[in-house]
Amino acid sequence: MRFFNCAAAFLAVCGMALLPFASSASAEDAAKNVKVGFIYVSPVGDEGWSWMHDQGRKMMEELPGVETAMMESVPEGPDAERAIKNMCSKGYNVIVATSFGYMDPMAKLARRHPDITFLHCSGYKHSDNMTCYFGRIYEARYLTGMVAGAMTKTNEIGYVAAFPIPEVVRGINAFTLGVRSVNPEAKVRVVWTRTWYSPDDEKKAAEGLLDVGVDVIVQHQNSAGPQVAAEERGAYSVGYNTDMSSAAPKAHLVAAVWDWKKFYEKFINEYRAGTWKNGNYWYGLSDGIVDISAYGDMVPADVRAKVDAAKASIVNGTYKVFSGPVKDQEGKERVPAGQVAPDEMLLSMDWFVEGVIGTAR
Amino acid sequence: MDGFRVVRRQTPPGWVSFAVLPAALLIALVFCSLLLMIQDKSPVKAAVVLFQGGFGSLYALQDTMLKAIPIFLCSLGVSVAFRMKVWNIGAEGQFALGGVGATWAVLTFSGLPMPLMLCLMLLCAAVAGGLWGLIPGYLRLKFGLNEIISTLMLNYIGIEFMRYLVYGPWKDPGSMGFPMTGLFPEEAVFPEVLGYVHAGLLVCVVAAVAVYVFLQRTRLGFELCVSGENPRAARYARIPYGFLLMFVLALSGALAGMAGCVEVSATFNRLQPNLCTGYGYTAIVVAWLSRLRTPSIALFSVFVAGLLVGTDNLQVDMQVPAAFGGILEGFILLCVLAGQFFHSYTLVRMGRRQGGAA
Repeated sequence: MRFFNCAAAFLAVCGMALLPFASSASAEDAAKNVKVGFIYVSPVGDEGWSWMHDQGRKMMEELPGVETAMMESVPEGPDAERAIKNMCSKGYNVIVATSFGYMDPMAKLARRHPDITFLHCSGYKHSDNMTCYFGRIYEARYLTGMVAGAMTKTNEIGYVAAFPIPEVVRGINAFTLGVRSVNPEAKVRVVWTRTWYSPDDEKKAAEGLLDVGVDVIVQHQNSAGPQVAAEERGAYSVGYNTDMSSAAPKAHLVAAVWDWKKFYEKFINEYRAGTWKNGNYWYGLSDGIVDISAYGDMVPADVRAKVDAAKASIVNGTYKVFSGPVKDQEGKERVPAGQVAPDEMLLSMDWFVEGVIGTAR
Repeated sequence: MDGFRVVRRQTPPGWVSFAVLPAALLIALVFCSLLLMIQDKSPVKAAVVLFQGGFGSLYALQDTMLKAIPIFLCSLGVSVAFRMKVWNIGAEGQFALGGVGATWAVLTFSGLPMPLMLCLMLLCAAVAGGLWGLIPGYLRLKFGLNEIISTLMLNYIGIEFMRYLVYGPWKDPGSMGFPMTGLFPEEAVFPEVLGYVHAGLLVCVVAAVAVYVFLQRTRLGFELCVSGENPRAARYARIPYGFLLMFVLALSGALAGMAGCVEVSATFNRLQPNLCTGYGYTAIVVAWLSRLRTPSIALFSVFVAGLLVGTDNLQVDMQVPAAFGGILEGFILLCVLAGQFFHSYTLVRMGRRQGGAA
């Protein structure tokens, strides 16, 4: 009885193992010359982070001689390593991974596969065949902060944030600096969801903030859950990743948005021309890869004019977001007057600026 | 109108065991084929791609083995508790604590030679996981608290504790502010033994043999099974139920803890917040599929791991959404579990004559 049970399981497994040898699956793909594989941490239907990157993939797919594939919802960790390895073994020339946790496995496989080009978004490791790239979304966040600071009536703004990592902390700080540049009384209240994509949890976190009296919801997530909460409660919302006005038409003030298509277009053209150099790239407002969306109807003209002026001065380089004096929550001066925070400080930021309520842990 | 009636089998015939698994798989595949046809994808190609991804090449088999190792250790753990009808749902948290224990060993004792270091890490992980398992045992003995609830809730606490450590005291100063410990030194990483399958495989073999011998050949193992079958009889026979309860939960936790150690060491090379990806829950499914038998646990761990790995391939080659992989896995597991009903029961047609006779 026990023997039969085991034997049945064993035979079933063996049967499956034999199945593939009876077939010839991949013969058709030899004609195309560049294969690009994308790996995303959340579903591409998230209308956020992964969706924006996937717009870049779709753009590449349209080009003659380029073939693309993508994997969505790949957890960071061993599954990511396997996913990348799988693409390596299938003859992909370029592999793109767009979440921080993919960095270590990608760096490991980049050493094993010197002939493949690896692109990793949001990390810091790079080599001869691996590029790390990211955008200074904090510049756009500063501008959205100015809008939120001008629009809040309770002088409390709620920030729904994913994980206490430098990227997110930097965004919260830049946003708060923007808020307080127009409204020094206002405070920004932060809650951590510890999820990248969980629309329901992220919506609930926003509701919790609204319960304690905030009247603008901002977020750093891959879903539009917080926007929905703001819309339902008649509060304002500031979006991230994409416009997000469709999720909250009445609440939408403005959003900090990515345009990854520009980066992928530049990459694929240079790659095919043989001029692409792997390295460390950090694109800002002036490159057009980060931007702010259109304003909601309720944003008055004087606020728009002020924000547009600030945007112009960031684009032409006359203003830098983390210009001193910048104080942290304890009142300690982190960036002295007359200086600008160096990139190293921004990349490893683990403290909040004055005006944030919450802890950066 | 004729109907069907469920009848318990006296002795399950051998052919049933033999037929149930393939039949269940077939049903699941037919259902999933329909789903694929809705998406205009070829079901035949999908089946090929799925099995190729999980089992169809040396590459795939190694990936499957890597995934099967933590699932097997956790499943072995929960199956021991399930034998005694102690429902330990806490493998996920015990797994996290195992990771913590192993990392503590690495951070505390540096510079030991590799075999000693690895044994010490396994020991610390087993102790940490085992102690975590003892908490619900104690709560049940002392206050009669249901272990299903307490083990489940302790998962969240355990995982948050692990996260607290990597976000706080154990965060590597060189990690650019990201929450993770430093990379482990070479002597704290399980070496590759079979292709790129690491020495965690040996841990599995040793653990499996030890658990098998314990359950089949020792007095304590026998008492444990008896207590599960019939607690009242066990009490008459003066079997120390309380001691056994604590013991199985500790053993169960220790095995899950060792799985955590293997994962932290061999696949992450450091402790980081996304250590737990649900192996502790998958382990429960595997334990049920294999009906708590050690050799079957090994087979089903490989089977489930292969499914998980194979569905990745489905995404890359067929461009189906990630959710489809989940649906497919869920449906195959559901069919196999439902099929096991026919091990112990059969359907008898209720004809006029039989109906009268019964």
